[in-house]
Amino acid sequence: MRVCSQTSPAYGACSSAPDEMVEVISATLEGFVSTSALLFSLSPKDNTFGFGQQAQFAAFSHKPICVLLMLSDISLQVCGPSWLSQAGLGGCIHLKNEEKRNLSLGGHVGFDSLPDQLVSKSVTQGFCFNILCVGETGIGKSTLMNTLFNTMFENEEASHYQNGVYLRPRTYDLQESNVHLKLTIVDTVGFGDQINKEDSYKPIVDYIDTQFENYLQEELKIKRSLFNYHDTRIHICLYFIAPTGHSLKSLDLVTMKKLDSKVNIIPIIAKADTISKSELHKFKIKIMSELVSNGVQIYQFPTDDEAVSEINASMNAHLPFAVVGSVEEVKVGNKTVRARQYPWGVVQVENESHCDFVKLREMLIRVNMEDLREQTHARHYELYRRCKLEEMGFKDTDPDSQPFSLQETYEAKRKEFLGDLQRKEEEMRQMFVNKVKETEAELKEKERELHEKFEQLKRMHQDEKRKVEEKRRELEDEMNAFNRKKVACETLSSQPLKKDKDKKKSVKTENQSGVSASSSKVMMAKASVEPLNCQSWWQAIQCCTCLVHNAAWKPEGGVF
Amino acid sequence: MDAIMLQEKLVERLLCPRVRTARQKEKQYVGFATLPNQVHRKSVKKGFDFTLMVAGESGMGKSTLVNSLFLTDLYKDRKLLNAEERINQTVEIIKHTVDIEEKGVKLKLTIVDTPGFGDAVNNNDWKPITDYIDQQFEQYFRDESGLNRKNIQDNRVHCCLYFIPPFGHGLRPVDVEFMKALHEKVNIIPLIAKADCLTPTEIKKLKDRIREEIDKFGIKVYQFPECDSDEDEEFKQLDKELKANWGQNNNPSLCVQECTPFAVIGSNTVVEARGQRVRGRLYPWGIVEVENQSHCDFVKLRNMLIRSHMHDLKDVTCDVHYENYRAQCIQEMTRFVSLCEKESDEEKSKLAQDNRMESPIPILPLSTPDADTEKLIKMKDEE
Repeated sequence: MRVCSQTSPAYGACSSAPDEMVEVISATLEGFVSTSALLFSLSPKDNTFGFGQQAQFAAFSHKPICVLLMLSDISLQVCGPSWLSQAGLGGCIHLKNEEKRNLSLGGHVGFDSLPDQLVSKSVTQGFCFNILCVGETGIGKSTLMNTLFNTMFENEEASHYQNGVYLRPRTYDLQESNVHLKLTIVDTVGFGDQINKEDSYKPIVDYIDTQFENYLQEELKIKRSLFNYHDTRIHICLYFIAPTGHSLKSLDLVTMKKLDSKVNIIPIIAKADTISKSELHKFKIKIMSELVSNGVQIYQFPTDDEAVSEINASMNAHLPFAVVGSVEEVKVGNKTVRARQYPWGVVQVENESHCDFVKLREMLIRVNMEDLREQTHARHYELYRRCKLEEMGFKDTDPDSQPFSLQETYEAKRKEFLGDLQRKEEEMRQMFVNKVKETEAELKEKERELHEKFEQLKRMHQDEKRKVEEKRRELEDEMNAFNRKKVACETLSSQPLKKDKDKKKSVKTENQSGVSASSSKVMMAKASVEPLNCQSWWQAIQCCTCLVHNAAWKPEGGVF
Repeated sequence: MDAIMLQEKLVERLLCPRVRTARQKEKQYVGFATLPNQVHRKSVKKGFDFTLMVAGESGMGKSTLVNSLFLTDLYKDRKLLNAEERINQTVEIIKHTVDIEEKGVKLKLTIVDTPGFGDAVNNNDWKPITDYIDQQFEQYFRDESGLNRKNIQDNRVHCCLYFIPPFGHGLRPVDVEFMKALHEKVNIIPLIAKADCLTPTEIKKLKDRIREEIDKFGIKVYQFPECDSDEDEEFKQLDKELKANWGQNNNPSLCVQECTPFAVIGSNTVVEARGQRVRGRLYPWGIVEVENQSHCDFVKLRNMLIRSHMHDLKDVTCDVHYENYRAQCIQEMTRFVSLCEKESDEEKSKLAQDNRMESPIPILPLSTPDADTEKLIKMKDEE
């Protein structure tokens, strides 16, 4: 797109007929500019743009338009962009100040009250400032805060025996001559007390990130109310250095390196009434050189604004500030000042030759408070936001270096996410189906086994039954055989030996086993021996024995 | 009669003025009252030695205090490390030995420095310090149990000055742990360093707090013994001064315990104050004098450490800490030996043999002495 620097002569004439104007302009510009865009130059004749002009531009909205704004008036600048977007014109705006023309005003217009309007709006809204104090327990953080703001914030002493570092934010509402300040002081409790301090910086970094995150969340909301959002982002971190007189401690270095990209750091030498002037000078130089050589970025007071650049530049040379804090008042001369009373003298807090407290107060509160807030928002917060969004996958430019808008990226991400979800669902369903199949197979297996067992048991049972049957039959047979024998025996025995019924009875009773009794009876029957006059069967048998030896008689059954 | 008079004259010549007056009247005079003077003479001839350990974080003013105490500059040209170099710093032990002399009395002073203590980000290791102290005990034990005991060097640490930072509200966990690790091995004297950042009320509060915490955690710091009644006047005066509280309440009846831990300030520079040249620190709001009793407890510390209780510190080290170490050592050895015996008993009962060897003195599991000492021993034996 080339830029046309001529004002079209047709403009002035066509101010009331937009359609004609289009044709005229396209005709003139046809020759040397592609018709993909219309260049439209607004002459500074009209100092103020009212709503009337908007309508004209709306008529051109069917063509992509590049609008060249002539920046000669501040009023143009102020209402330019929003007005254009209201008119529904997209596309990019090139602000060119080659043709800036300074005009002198004929009379008093009145827009010099704009800063005042801004101020009165902020005053009604109230200000908000958040300070983070990082330092060892007992180094004087609470006392310094009390001294700076000239009030007694209620604070109990911290103990040295905390297990870890944790942060304690407290919010106070202060007022000074109709200006309201919502002050939040965040204290690090337990910092530097543990034996192993490798993780001491983590809670601090996490706290700062959380505040940024909250603000980011609020910014990304659909229904957001940024104008009355209580901003808890840390604007300034005061790092308290112990006055050893040699150099920074290793913990200080490690912590400041972690914090310098997240928050504005101002290092302070605490309890500076223990260092003499010459030692202090060497100490400050040593600290600054260590910070510089380790690449720690501390907050530099801004020197681009002429009103404060001089004082800021001189203060930059005094960093780190050596401060003394006190809330007790001591009478010096004929005044009562805040001071510390020693046997050898009185250290006055507000005496510039005693300590740098006044410098700190000037810089922190009276001169640069607003700049600190801006830096936090413009630099640290934006860095955080960029990192966070990049992490989430948002990019400013495509691989083809085409500018990406947030919406497109968002849509793409959303699709990706939904795709992911669906895939996961599929996977889960697959898994579920597989599991069901497996379980079914298992169950079938078990069923089969059970069946088999049942069959087996049944067979066994039948076998057993058969066996039992057989045994029973055998038993019955035996019983029958026995009964028959018994009957036979009885019939035999009842004939010859009627005389010795008693004896036989006794013998019978003595010989209890059935079979042997019967065979002995048979024996005695077959022997056909005269009954002996034996009293017992023993004698009878013995007699039989003699008889057997004498007679050639074979016993039946082979009982002998 | 002549013999007795001669004896008396001899005695008078030997005696110092202070004892003479008390004893002049007695007729039946033996003369062992000269013993203290003999001891005095011999000890002056032999010379004294003292080992002092200083421990505490960097920048607490340890070197400055040592310089102020002994009025010399022990730490010329020392190099201090940067913060980044100290992130993973380990504790080292550095010894400085100086021979100083005052009125004919020689003192071999050894200062044991512990650079690197409390500097690293993770400070759970001060084993080098406890190992050093144990090593010195072990060395002395070995020497004492050895055959030739003529030239025993006593390198045992007699006193440890521990510097507590004044910036906190009391003792920190690292202070407590360190003192507990050392209180059975060495006399600990805790000090509040850089006391010129505390007003008198703050100092009192901090001292009370620290004493409370020392009691609570059961840390055994060095206790100053009370004066005996038959010490001489000078000593009693010093002791009284020692026991006086500084500040507004100059009450000599308060015991010295109320003053501990001493709040000290040290200085390497001499400034002009009230028409005199004193050791002090120059501030825009005044001059802190190191030797001014109402400014800090430096004088008390010096008197206690050097002028009155130096020998007592040595005695406590010898009698209490060293004996504890020795007893522990021997117990461990006998336990070790009896364990070995037990094992060998079990073995031998199976074999049904008994050839146990018993040694009257336990065998130290130490390295063999060097060739040099062996040569020396042989030489002396030949002599």
